[in-house]
Amino acid sequence: MTTGLIVCGALGREVSQLIQLHGWDAEIIGVPAIDHVFPERIAPHVEARIRALQDEYERLVVVFGDCGSRGALDELLARYPEIERIEGPHCYEMYAGDDFAALMEEEPGTFFLTDFMVRTFQGLILKSMGLDRYPELKDEYFRNYKRVVYLTQNDSPPYRQKAREIAAYLGLPLEIRPTGWGELENRIRIHFNTTPSALQGAQDADPVNKTHPE
Amino acid sequence: MNDEINIQELPTEEILELMQEDLYDGLADEIVAEVKELLKRGLAPYEILSDGLIAGMDAVGDDFRDGILFVPEVLMAAKAMKAGMEVLRPLLAETGVEKTGTVVLGTVKGDIHDIGKNLVGMMLEGAGFEVVDLGTNTSADDFLAAIKEHNAHILGMSALLTTTMTYMRVVIEALKEAGLRERVTVLVGGAPLNDAFAEDIEADAYCRDAAIAVETAKKYMQIRKAE
Repeated sequence: MTTGLIVCGALGREVSQLIQLHGWDAEIIGVPAIDHVFPERIAPHVEARIRALQDEYERLVVVFGDCGSRGALDELLARYPEIERIEGPHCYEMYAGDDFAALMEEEPGTFFLTDFMVRTFQGLILKSMGLDRYPELKDEYFRNYKRVVYLTQNDSPPYRQKAREIAAYLGLPLEIRPTGWGELENRIRIHFNTTPSALQGAQDADPVNKTHPE
Repeated sequence: MNDEINIQELPTEEILELMQEDLYDGLADEIVAEVKELLKRGLAPYEILSDGLIAGMDAVGDDFRDGILFVPEVLMAAKAMKAGMEVLRPLLAETGVEKTGTVVLGTVKGDIHDIGKNLVGMMLEGAGFEVVDLGTNTSADDFLAAIKEHNAHILGMSALLTTTMTYMRVVIEALKEAGLRERVTVLVGGAPLNDAFAEDIEADAYCRDAAIAVETAKKYMQIRKAE
């Protein structure tokens, strides 16, 4: 039974690596990462894919955080009880796990990077913030940050170098934390180790670990 | 503003129209020059504010709400507005112009994100509100002290993180304990919030974006005046 993974574009490459590593019978259907800039688009775009794919796959899993959709994604999924979402508010928490809260407690002014952000910082991120057109806005966006923490998935010298360049552009110290796929791996794996009905039962019994609200 | 336009040769009406266009385009230097020119012509600071800057920011707010303008463009417009206000603010204070209302604004404790909050502040100022911006990482004590000191009508709180938005409830409880809750309208906003959260913490309204925050603040001030 092939599982359809409706995946945030910012997690696509990493989820693809996990599928290969574990040999999961799964296919990826992407949702553009640019939706993070317009989070009101996330739920409608996910729903469009659900509608297009629910007859094609016996099982669909949404690999997304809430990502600023203001709960709209979980409200949507509440209407599709057979479709699951992995746990987590956003990819920083998925990669860093409990360390995310500790890092924020330690320094609320932490700007996080992931491999995706390092790859796309000069393009997607700076353009979506308008910094290619209005470089004078840099201070508006970043003046309160005190440090950059790079959560690495595929730790490599070129990515580390890009992270250093980003930190230099922001004028902030850089800390590198190799997290690998972190909780993202565990939270997807649980969907392959469990049948949908068993997972739903476990969620109903454990409200803390729900993947979406009742 | 087109380099070929010499504002000294333009009628006052046209300069006011040009101000609205330049504000929309985020041209701070041009806005400052136009404000100074209009002051030189004897226009009252309030007229320049309402017919130039506020009218321009209204158009920006409408197009932001309707998805025509996006955050970078609105930030540029707000910076131009701020530059114009820096010239006008002392003159407005001298002439004792009546404010739409007073808003205390801040990002809650533990959170340093302020882009949305700053936009709200600048657009509220553009709508004629007095804005007391407490910045980021603001404690309940600081919110309460500012509300008392400035006799604020509205408290606006912002948070970007699910871990910090819960602090809004702490502030609202502190308002209740201090006997201030009934006299202050509480508006909340930020990426992880929604209407249900605002209702749960007993805020008066959740504001999805800066344009809606301004509309909501105006609405509550009208209600207050009608009471």
